[in-house]
Order: sequence, then structure tokens, then C-alpha cells
Amino acid sequence: MTNNAAAVNEGGGFGHIATGDLDATHGVVLYLEDISVSFDGFKALNKLSLSIDVGELRCVIGPNGAGKTTMMDVITGKTRADEGSAFFGQTIDLARLSEAQIAHAGIGRKFQRPTIFEYHNVFENLELSMKADKRVRKTLFSVLSSSEKDSIAETLKQIRLNDSADRVAGLLSHGQKQWLEIGMLLMQEPRLLLLDEPVAGMSDEETERTGELFLSLAGKHSLVVVEHDMAFIEKIARKITVLHEGSVLAEGSMSQVQNDPKVIEVYLGR
Amino acid sequence: MCYAIVAIAMDLVWGYTGILSLGHGLFFALGGYGMGMYLMRQIGRAGQYQSDLPDFMVFLDWKEFPWQWWNTDQFWWALLLVVFVPGLLALVFGFFAFRSRVKGVYFSIITQALTFAAMLLFFRNATGFGGNNGFTDFKSILGLPITTPETRMMLFTSTAFTLIATLLLARWIVASKFGRVLTAIRDAETRAAFCGYNTVHYKLAIFTLSAVICGIAGALYVPQVGIINPSEMSPANSIEIAIWVAVGGRGTLTGAILGAGLVNYAKSFFTQAFPEYWLYALGLIFILVTLFLPQGVMGLLRKKK
Repeated sequence: MTNNAAAVNEGGGFGHIATGDLDATHGVVLYLEDISVSFDGFKALNKLSLSIDVGELRCVIGPNGAGKTTMMDVITGKTRADEGSAFFGQTIDLARLSEAQIAHAGIGRKFQRPTIFEYHNVFENLELSMKADKRVRKTLFSVLSSSEKDSIAETLKQIRLNDSADRVAGLLSHGQKQWLEIGMLLMQEPRLLLLDEPVAGMSDEETERTGELFLSLAGKHSLVVVEHDMAFIEKIARKITVLHEGSVLAEGSMSQVQNDPKVIEVYLGR
Repeated sequence: MCYAIVAIAMDLVWGYTGILSLGHGLFFALGGYGMGMYLMRQIGRAGQYQSDLPDFMVFLDWKEFPWQWWNTDQFWWALLLVVFVPGLLALVFGFFAFRSRVKGVYFSIITQALTFAAMLLFFRNATGFGGNNGFTDFKSILGLPITTPETRMMLFTSTAFTLIATLLLARWIVASKFGRVLTAIRDAETRAAFCGYNTVHYKLAIFTLSAVICGIAGALYVPQVGIINPSEMSPANSIEIAIWVAVGGRGTLTGAILGAGLVNYAKSFFTQAFPEYWLYALGLIFILVTLFLPQGVMGLLRKKK
């Protein structure tokens, strides 16, 4: 970890608290170009090209093995691309950063299983993940400023947990835990949020609310949602990317995608 | 009361940060040895052989103090040793252990090995700390005779004062954001790291602080019982510290103090009534507490409410 922290400062100049030198002047927050990844000869991604605009809410669908998770792994630095380039904004080359550096640069990822601090209450969970100086001495004497309290309160409202701020996180329902984790990501003020199957295991009502939450986040943040639940996608999607065998099969609005003969063949029309 | 201080230190690393150290007896003993060296120098020529050197050195036919004893006739130097020797050891040891991501039971085992190795080292006469007899027959502290009621009262009050100060310090730590990060590390370390916390630094900070507190407790303990020897470093002692905390209730500071009190009360009862069965009783207590009182006595009290 020490090495990572040092490397963050060397490579690119964004430290623990800097928002990152994200240059999105061209209106694009993420560029993937001709990305290929293969595992033992199996091509998980095959010349995948994708770009996400600032403030966009993008849904990514595709059958199992289409490369959705691998794509996320490449963006967050968990897997390295064999070929192709991945840029965050105009200037930040994701292939040259470690996972922690990418997180600091402003890409937040939510995994399928919620991981939160079960013995802390909701408020503390958000406080702990808040963007701040996270070195030992600073933390020991840290006192919440009123603007920090406000930003926590705002996030609580966003994730609809403002009535449960004092509840211990372990006692929340599954859906609420998912929201809390999204809230924790938001506290880190990311520019791009990657959400892997965010409504898995949620009740219908929770799914609905999650959709509303995402729609309210779009604009301020850019979101990439990977999901299987087509009803959910239909509710929130503006632009959908369909992946198949490691590359983009189709892209467009729900109706465009649904009527695309290639898509019907491999996915929707089963 | 010295034990209660140690229990608080243990609770900080185990109860709050989730690091089960089975080497805290070592830090305690090192603090004790630091103070013990000063007390040995205070004996001066009042020993059996009327020499400047402690009796065990005369016995070994040593002519002068080995390097470890440098400046130990100064009280302030002894205090520095008490704080810095356990602190530095914990810092260096913890750095390597935490950086290599040694966790859980593996960490417990290597701390156990550390204290065992230290015990063997201190048993040797050549180490210069009195071998298996350790230090004893202290005569005076700060020029005052050590056995008078006044001196004993003074030691007792300073221990009480230290206990209260430790408790307040620990309270403050666990109530701070730092304390919340510690419990976050206990519950979900990778998540804490993903949130941007350097968990190695946090663990190192609390582990070192805990070791220093143990050292101070050891230094207060030795003048009151009048002896320090390597058996204080035996692995069983370190395990006993963990049991105090488990009995009282992990993650509650008052619980740690309570546990230290209860177990030691039971110990003095048992060692008088059935001396050979104490270790079995201790093991039994630990098993019963783990099975039926995972939150310790404090958990029981809370449930009653």
C-alpha cells in the first residue's frame, strides 16, 4: 500500500484528495478503443470499442460470457488489456494506473455482493468513505465540518436512508445495503460509476426506487450499468450497448436495439 | 490494576481492530525489565557481594556493566527504555507482519513465537539480564526504600492514575474517526482499503500504541511485586491476557478491565485452593466464554437490561 500511495503521487500528480486531472472537455468521460483480452486463447474481449459521454447513463447487456465483467475489470485496472487503449477523459491512460490509483482518479465500482461496514451505522459508513485526508494523524483529530455533514445528509437523502442514519448497517435489508454501498461510492465523488448487477436480489419496489436513483444521478455523474433484468433496463435506459462475444453488437435506444435483427438472433429472441 | 491497563491495550488491538496478538506479555515484560534494570542499579553496594554490579554479574565474574546497562542508573533513561523498547519492537515487527498481510491466526502464531523466542533469549545468562532468576531483591526507588507503606502507596496511586489516563486515552481513540476506521478494518479490511485508507499504517499505529501501554504497565508492575524474570514472557501469559479480554467482552473498554479483574480473582482463588488445576480451569473458562458468552460479561449485562 505504501508503494501505491507513493506511485499515485509520481504517476500523474493526483494525490489522495485531488479530484484528478480529468479532462473531459470533449464531452467524453471514457474511451475504450479496440480492447482485446484473452484468457488461455479464449477471447473475452475482441476489439471492443466504446465511449461514454459525461453525465450519461449507459446500460450494458449481453448474454453470459459476452465480456461485460471483463470490460469492467479492464476499466478498473483489475485485468490488463492485451491490445487497445483505455482512456479516462482525454488524458488519463488507465492501462498505466493501478487499481487504487484508478479509484482515486474518480472511477467507482460496485460489485455484485454488497460490502459495507456491518457494525457501523449508516452515517458512519458514509463518513468513513467520504473523500478526505485518510492518513492516520489527520484521521485521529478529524472533526466533521458542517459542509461535510451536509454532503453526508444529501447522500443519505439520495439513497433514501435518511430515516435510518443511526441504524447499524448490518441490520439493513439487502436492497438498502446495496443503496448504502452506492452511497459510499458517491461519497468518494467519482466521475464515473460502474455498477455490476445493482438490482440483483432486490424486491420490485426496491428495484423501482433504484431506477429512480440512477436517473437522478445521471447528469452529475456518468454511470455504466450492467444488468440482466430487462424490465429494469427498459425503465432506465436511454442508450443501450449490447455485447456479444467480446465486442459491441449493437448500440442505441431500447426500441432500436430490440428491433435489431442481429440482437434478436443472439439475445432477445432466444 | 497493572493487568487492567494491559487488558485495555489488548482490547484496542483485538477488540477494536481485530488483530489477536498473543505476544502482549512480551511488551509487558520488556517494560518490566526496563524498570528492573534501574531498580537493580538502585541497590548499589547494598547487595550481598557489596559490589557496584548486581549480584548475578558478580556471580558470573563480570567486571563491568555490559552495553545494555548503559545509563540505566538514571530514572529518566529507564522511563525512555520502558516506552521505546516495546514501542520500537512492535513498530518493526508490526511493519513486516502487516506489510506482508499476515492476518488472523497466522499473526497470533508469529507473535506467540516472538514472545517464546524472547523468553529463551532472556533465560540465557549471557544476555545480561540475570538469566532465569531475572531481577529481584530491589531495595529502593528514586532513593526511597521500596517496602515502606508510603512508597507502596505512591506506586499504587501512580498505577491508578495511569489506569485512568489509559482508559481516557482509549475512550478518546475509539470515539474518534480513527477508532471508527479501526473497527472498519476489523469488519471489512478490503473495503476500508478501497475507501482509500492505508490499513497498514492504521494497524501499525494501534499495535505500537498498545505495546507502549503494555510496557508502562510492566514498569509499574515490577516495583510492586518486587521481581521480574523471563517466565513473564511465557506464551501462557500472553494467552491469559487475551482471555481477560474475551471474558470481559471484546470491544468494550470497561469489559476489558472487568475481565482482567474477574480472571485474576478466579486465579488467586484457584491457585490457593487447587493449584495444579488452574491452567485447566483457565482453558475451561475460555471455552465456555467462547461458546456461551461471545460478547463476554459485558454482553451478558447488556442483555439483562
